[in-house]
Amino acid sequence: MKFGGRIWKFGDNIDTDAIIPARYLNTWDPQALAAHCMEDADPLFMKKMRPGDILIGGENFGCGSSREHAPIAIKAAGIAGVVAKSFARIFYRNSFNMGLPIFESRELWGLVEDGAEIEIDAGGGVIRIIGGATEPLHIQPVPPFMQELIADGGLMNHIAKGKAK
Amino acid sequence: MSMTITEKILSRHTDLDEVHPGMLINARVDIALGNDITAPIAIDVFRKSGGKEVFDREKIVLVPDHFAPNKDIESAEQCKIMRDFAREHEITHYFEVGEAGVEHALLPEKGIVLPGDLVVGADSHTCTYGALGAFATGVGSTDLAAAMLTGELWFKVPETMKFVYHGKRRPWVSGKDLILHTIGRIGVDGALYRAMEFTGEAIRELTMADRFTMANMAVEAGGKNGIFIPDEVTEAYVRERAGRKYEFYSSDPDALYHSVIDIDVEKIEPQVAFPHLPSNARGISEAGDVRIDQSIIGSCTNGRIEDLRVAASVLKGRHAAHGFRLIIIPATPAVYRQAMHEGLFDVFLDAGAVISLPTCGPCLGGYMGILAKGERSVATTNRNFVGRMGHPGSEVYLAGPAVAAATAVAGRLAGPEQL
Repeated sequence: MKFGGRIWKFGDNIDTDAIIPARYLNTWDPQALAAHCMEDADPLFMKKMRPGDILIGGENFGCGSSREHAPIAIKAAGIAGVVAKSFARIFYRNSFNMGLPIFESRELWGLVEDGAEIEIDAGGGVIRIIGGATEPLHIQPVPPFMQELIADGGLMNHIAKGKAK
Repeated sequence: MSMTITEKILSRHTDLDEVHPGMLINARVDIALGNDITAPIAIDVFRKSGGKEVFDREKIVLVPDHFAPNKDIESAEQCKIMRDFAREHEITHYFEVGEAGVEHALLPEKGIVLPGDLVVGADSHTCTYGALGAFATGVGSTDLAAAMLTGELWFKVPETMKFVYHGKRRPWVSGKDLILHTIGRIGVDGALYRAMEFTGEAIRELTMADRFTMANMAVEAGGKNGIFIPDEVTEAYVRERAGRKYEFYSSDPDALYHSVIDIDVEKIEPQVAFPHLPSNARGISEAGDVRIDQSIIGSCTNGRIEDLRVAASVLKGRHAAHGFRLIIIPATPAVYRQAMHEGLFDVFLDAGAVISLPTCGPCLGGYMGILAKGERSVATTNRNFVGRMGHPGSEVYLAGPAVAAATAVAGRLAGPEQL
């Protein structure tokens, strides 16, 4: 998998209440959730972003609640993927289960600002900064089991495949 | 090979004799939990993946508590999806309004989760049940759907951080103060992906209520689970509640830990965590002069009878400050009844409080105490993120019931000894 996009940069500990505030959780309609994506981190985010953009986070991205509404909102908003220094564990797990591409890179955050363009080569395990002078950055490798989940199209498809065997 | 309590419980739920940190395992689930926010998605995923039967109708628990009793039409629809599913599949542990309470107070109280269990819940505070000596962790809705369908789920065995609490607690210091202090010390990602094992002589003296409070907030340090070694306090709590067999596990003396952190409890005073992270904790004497508009006493963290007793002991013979909103939320119907019997409601009403029905309500900005722009609430809840209790421009200060009650009287951040 290879894709590129413009980035939006956020800080450490972006919690799921910032990604999709709980006051909007009386629905799980993806488009209704997407309308409020990142609202409490940046109220203008949905006005500024374009489909295909990429989120960049610091440490512990997606901390807080277990709500799957967070990766649902990000995906439905048209965000192509998330790169962070580290992820909170439930968000990490949910993203794989939902098929939202996420990657760990400790270096990228310090090398880019809003509006920069990057290209992610998931198979090759590298991120390139378009027009950047730096060498390609290596992504933390995804454990083989998690790669299998993605290849099967998420957790439920993975289970269905296992049962069919 | 030696194992921690977390590793032992995980291994007993597989066909493996032992497990080690980093291993990916498929484990059998004893209880799978969902609520009115997370279960509707899980039910949708369950159906779309062709699910016809749940793996065991006795082992699935559905609780409408977040936006229930229904706060609006959309919430009513979500609760209805869960209710219809519970009827269709004859789910034993579905709790209708009137029986329902805040899930993480309700399940232990009903004896549904027990020591030695492996519990998953589509709610991050599922880690609460670690107080019983169970392995319990929060998952997403898709994971819940998988557990409801197969009775199994994959886990990465976590490393364990051991927290040793030494010494005697000062007056008014509760489990909430110990955990806020701990999160303040290690940060909101200080235990990321790891198990947090709470031990030491100060822990052995804690009531079950205080242990639930501490385990509840393990996730606020990034922890996968929080866990206590069960003892006679645990036994006294579960003996009268359990309807099935349970097992006590403990860590081997030479078990391997990621790290061991010693905490001197005698140095800890009642804590308050300033906006907008649970790790912004400091002693109440260092809080400064902060005017507060509202106090919420309740939630899965601190809505148990012991918490209400502490609040009442501070409020007895006193009244909330002029123009202050004091909201008491007993976490379950049993807590509600007990508080009423003990006369705590009179104390609260005399203090100018309003007593809510059991619900998560304001904790996550649902209803029953939402904040306007610029307003501040002290709360016995677990999160003080931006916009958590209402307007993004409002603020939440986390504390235990003693500080939440004293603050109501003072109208500004205060502990009982400052009244």
